[in-house]
Amino acid sequence: MRSEPIIKVENVYYRYPPNIWALKGVSLNIYKQEFIALLGQNGSGKTTLAKHLNGLLVPTRGRVLVKGIDTRKLSVAKIARIVGYVFQNPEHQIFAKNIYEEIAFGLRNIGVPEEEIEDRVREALEEVDLRKPLDTNPHFLSTGEKHRLAIASVLAMKPEVIILDEPTTGLDYKRIKQLMEIIYNLYKKGHTIILITHDMALAAEYCERAIILHNGRILVDAPAREVFSNIELLAQSSLKPPQITLLSIELNRRGYPIPRDILTVKEMADKITSLLKTY
Amino acid sequence: MKENYAVVVEDLWFKYVASKDYVLRGVNLKVKPGEFVVIMGPSGCGKSTLAYTLNGIIPHVFKGEFKGKVIVNGLNTLEHTVSELATHVGMVFQNPEAQIVTMTVIEELSFGPENLGLPRDEIERRIREVVKVARLEGKEYRPTVSLSGGEKQALAIASVLALRPSILVLDEVTSMLDPIGTELVSEMVVKLNKEYGLTIIAIDHRVEWAAEYADRIVIMDEGQILGEGKPEEVFSSPDLVRKIGFRAPQVSELAYELIDRGLSVKKIPISLSEAVETYSKLIDMIMKGEWRPLKNEK
Repeated sequence: MRSEPIIKVENVYYRYPPNIWALKGVSLNIYKQEFIALLGQNGSGKTTLAKHLNGLLVPTRGRVLVKGIDTRKLSVAKIARIVGYVFQNPEHQIFAKNIYEEIAFGLRNIGVPEEEIEDRVREALEEVDLRKPLDTNPHFLSTGEKHRLAIASVLAMKPEVIILDEPTTGLDYKRIKQLMEIIYNLYKKGHTIILITHDMALAAEYCERAIILHNGRILVDAPAREVFSNIELLAQSSLKPPQITLLSIELNRRGYPIPRDILTVKEMADKITSLLKTY
Repeated sequence: MKENYAVVVEDLWFKYVASKDYVLRGVNLKVKPGEFVVIMGPSGCGKSTLAYTLNGIIPHVFKGEFKGKVIVNGLNTLEHTVSELATHVGMVFQNPEAQIVTMTVIEELSFGPENLGLPRDEIERRIREVVKVARLEGKEYRPTVSLSGGEKQALAIASVLALRPSILVLDEVTSMLDPIGTELVSEMVVKLNKEYGLTIIAIDHRVEWAAEYADRIVIMDEGQILGEGKPEEVFSSPDLVRKIGFRAPQVSELAYELIDRGLSVKKIPISLSEAVETYSKLIDMIMKGEWRPLKNEK
């Protein structure tokens, strides 16, 4: 039996004024230690849904429960201790005069005593591998470092759920890999990660559950392997499987002993080398 | 006789006023008219700086120490203004929001030609033409804010095209778009190259796309060009690809991984169709017990 969900989304509708329904009846549960990909085109409702999970938005109809409490009855500061949100562009999030203040801001807001703050700041910076003097001005950091600082400032609040809204935009592959390793470690330590992304190969490599939103509704919510190997389903939302999955599908169709739902390069290499032992 | 080039960059060094060190360190690049070149490399490798030198933004707007020379369509950028160069080299950037300056599609498209002081009927003719290329027909009077990200970026490209450049420099123009927007803009770029013969110099991280459409891939790191060649040449060199930590197409990465494990992959595939052939044959050989290990197998 699975434990109680951390977040329950119950038949949520959301209307932006004057009359645009961004969410039209979304229901889902989010549990401890999940790695979820939230996919969909721009305008599909991904960010609107994500903002419901941490109380930045409350439903027009339906309800969202965080730890069993309706988000309408919780302050954003209270929810921030449970659900952290890292924005797409770190420039939109970073505002303080130095690294220390940037991270301490959130901690003070949620009432962490001043004597505890420095330890939590250091811990969070270590977690994201950002080794800079605490008085460094964040605006002089590189883009990759700003991303890590933005994550650290959310992490310091020790939220059980961390939402990352397209964290890899504008990063090169090396930095994307580094960032994903950091995020994956957080998942291994028991956090739930919700990754909003357009990068199918990346989502397929790390996520275990995939949710596709389409026109404000959930098109699918299933294990990642099922979702990423389903060409027809993805096409409904103008998405494509990763290239390596397309290769596995085609090899499988031609009758080779390769499963049709391979998600990573390493998996495919393992499969091919394992054939050496069979034949 | 000198060969005719769209772009010639000769031993180019550049250092911004605020930067400690040179950002470009002896770059040499020649691009032929009609060529489709994709520049790749990690953040901070100097690729955007190189792009800025191609239409004179460097050194005319962003100042610094500039050594070497850049010639576009025979014009030395040091001797011509940015507005003159803009009719030869169009440049489009990453963020569609940041480069749209007017309220409606038609105003945006007429902005450049009006500034060139072109006659009214010429401006109208050009707008009709670029609206078609950007697939914005029927949306001429729409407010620019109502366009999708992909449409905004198509509009940004179209407004540059209205100046009739023969060279288009694109700095990660799809990196902020969703898959539908990315497709719209990518198709437009390929069409401009294949059908209209524009020279394209695109900075892009999307390897699968570059592998399929580029005539040549240029790899930069630390202000220098580390390697260049046809996509199949570049991606067949795992050492180069790994050295600067960039992502090759997944089907090429599979080949690198298998080679590491001692399997022989003679031709490294870069597209899905090539990969299906290559790996079908490889698996056939394995299943018949005919596979040969590489000499350097550990």
